[in-house]
Amino acid sequence: MRTTRVLTSALLAAAALFTSATSATADDASPSPSSAERDAPTEAGTTFRTATAVKQGQKATADASTGDYLYWQFPAGAGQQPTVRAKVKLPESAARHGSATWQLDVFDGLRRRQACASGVPTNKASAQDATVTVTCTLRTVRPWSERWANDPLPGAYYVRLTVTDIPDRDLGQPVRAEVEATANDIGGPRAEGGELGAPLHAAAVSEPESGWNGGWFSDRWVWTVGGAVLGALAAVGGYTLTRRPRWTTRPPAGS
Amino acid sequence: MIIRKRLAAGACALLAALAAGIAPANAADEPSKNSPKVELVLDVSGSMRARDVDGQSRMAAAQQAFNEVIDAVPDDVRLGIRTLGANYPGDDKELGCKDSKQLYPVGPVNRTEAKAAVATLRPTGWTPIGYALRGADADLDTGGGTRRIVLITDGEDSCGQPDPCDVARELAAKGTHLTVDTLGLTQDDKTREQLSCIAEATGGTYTTVRHTKELSGRVKQLVRRAADPVETPKATQGAAECAKAPELGAGVYTDRATFGQHRWYRVKVTPGQELRTSVSVGADRAVDPDYGVLVRAVGEGGQELVRGTDAGSGRTDVMSAGLRYPIAEGKKGEDERARTVCLEVSHSFSAPASVKRDPGLPVELAVDLVDAPDDPSDLAAFGLGRGWVLLAVLVVTGLIAGLLWGWLSRWRVSVWRTN
Repeated sequence: MRTTRVLTSALLAAAALFTSATSATADDASPSPSSAERDAPTEAGTTFRTATAVKQGQKATADASTGDYLYWQFPAGAGQQPTVRAKVKLPESAARHGSATWQLDVFDGLRRRQACASGVPTNKASAQDATVTVTCTLRTVRPWSERWANDPLPGAYYVRLTVTDIPDRDLGQPVRAEVEATANDIGGPRAEGGELGAPLHAAAVSEPESGWNGGWFSDRWVWTVGGAVLGALAAVGGYTLTRRPRWTTRPPAGS
Repeated sequence: MIIRKRLAAGACALLAALAAGIAPANAADEPSKNSPKVELVLDVSGSMRARDVDGQSRMAAAQQAFNEVIDAVPDDVRLGIRTLGANYPGDDKELGCKDSKQLYPVGPVNRTEAKAAVATLRPTGWTPIGYALRGADADLDTGGGTRRIVLITDGEDSCGQPDPCDVARELAAKGTHLTVDTLGLTQDDKTREQLSCIAEATGGTYTTVRHTKELSGRVKQLVRRAADPVETPKATQGAAECAKAPELGAGVYTDRATFGQHRWYRVKVTPGQELRTSVSVGADRAVDPDYGVLVRAVGEGGQELVRGTDAGSGRTDVMSAGLRYPIAEGKKGEDERARTVCLEVSHSFSAPASVKRDPGLPVELAVDLVDAPDDPSDLAAFGLGRGWVLLAVLVVTGLIAGLLWGWLSRWRVSVWRTN
């Protein structure tokens, strides 16, 4: 199991390297393969189609203008609870005319809006603030859901960062955004069965380390196997009780 | 002096024309037909003389930025430069508003030539932005790749007609994947409104520039952005009812839907496949603050199968929704033929009366078909359990089983003894 996963991830990495090398043959800025692993993206996309792919735990940055809609996408697998954090370095306060409200929206691979289970997805920066931070923690990703539900499913997640309310005069000023997507493995309590035919729109993002469908192991194995052992012991105990009744029955009967 | 400048400009124009003539001839070593194209449109109107960018004139700042940009152009990007207001210094509006010329043809960049062409520019005339945008669109020609216009100006259109914002929307609606990014060298409200409007109409971005460094950095970024490979959508036209709807396969499509209009499309899905679709409706003009989008999958009989919806309010670029519809593989002997699923896309954007209705709002439709099992036998992880209740149940069950077994065997032994 483990070896196949290592093999497939190696193959995927090789494929990713190959495709990025071919698509960027002319791009003299393309770094060597080893540093490409480490180097986080420094640009953001401006539409769903051009969303920049980031890995989990990678800190992506982008220079942009106030009012731009910045898009990234990151992968998340079943059993993970993704959290997106974005920090925006605002233009110098002397050039600004009022407060600005920044918002982080997260969509799944089918561009369905995903609820933030916790976090501060909308935050207002006053005219003096130098930075503003927005966060969003999604629900736990499920391996399968009914077609009518919009539960989070394995695949790509889109992040959109933009300013939603600002004095018109402040539009167009330079800002710098930092985005990081991390994921918490929820483990046994939320481990579920079922699977999708394919992760949602995952062509551009790489599979998370624990796989799209989560690992096979969860503490449910421990509970179930432990329960089976205890049940067996209890059975043996019950049987023994009936086999050696002398302790309990002899004294009143004997004389 | 002026004559000499004119001569130089003329020579450059001649060079440019020659280059334009030569470029198609050696098409063999040109980048592929679908390589991205960018045209920089620079305002060379009289107001560019103002010295308010890092102590130098706007024109000098723009020229300096252009030199840096030309140096940094990725090799697979075909770059062109167009000017507006560069040639006619007079007061005749008629002439001044048709003053926009291609300075450097769209193609692989010869850095020396391009820089020489930019160096000849002197702030001169009017600001016919709308006219220049049309010219730039023509320069970029059609073709498969991304097409991007980067407009750098220091003032609003001084010609009025055509309204540059309408021109931008009209160009975007031609379905040729055109994006216009705008950079304003001044901070006045009218310029900002106009440039924002142009950018919004084409899905581009608007930036105000205060420093030379910002200008070159931003233009470089926009040119690089054009080089990113993107799947270009195919144009389609949805119908008013399912029966007449176009049939779509997997892919990305664009369409236009005006206010209050819904669009139907059809997709063939074979049993064992899952239909996945995402819809984005863009707000490319001033719209009322509350809006929504709805996509429904409807069966051939007209019954709704599943729907995706979203609503919002406030500033937005697009409104998106999506759905997935798996069709389980039939048992043997059942109908294995592909089913037709109709997709209905509608939106509830509305706009103030002053806003133009045509062309409609841009609709992007992504259709995907994947092989999908949709019959999980058990929603628990491998059927495993967890928790104290489970343990208690197992232990009590074991205990009861042990006791029963013990009593049963005692009873059997006593029965055997008595016999």
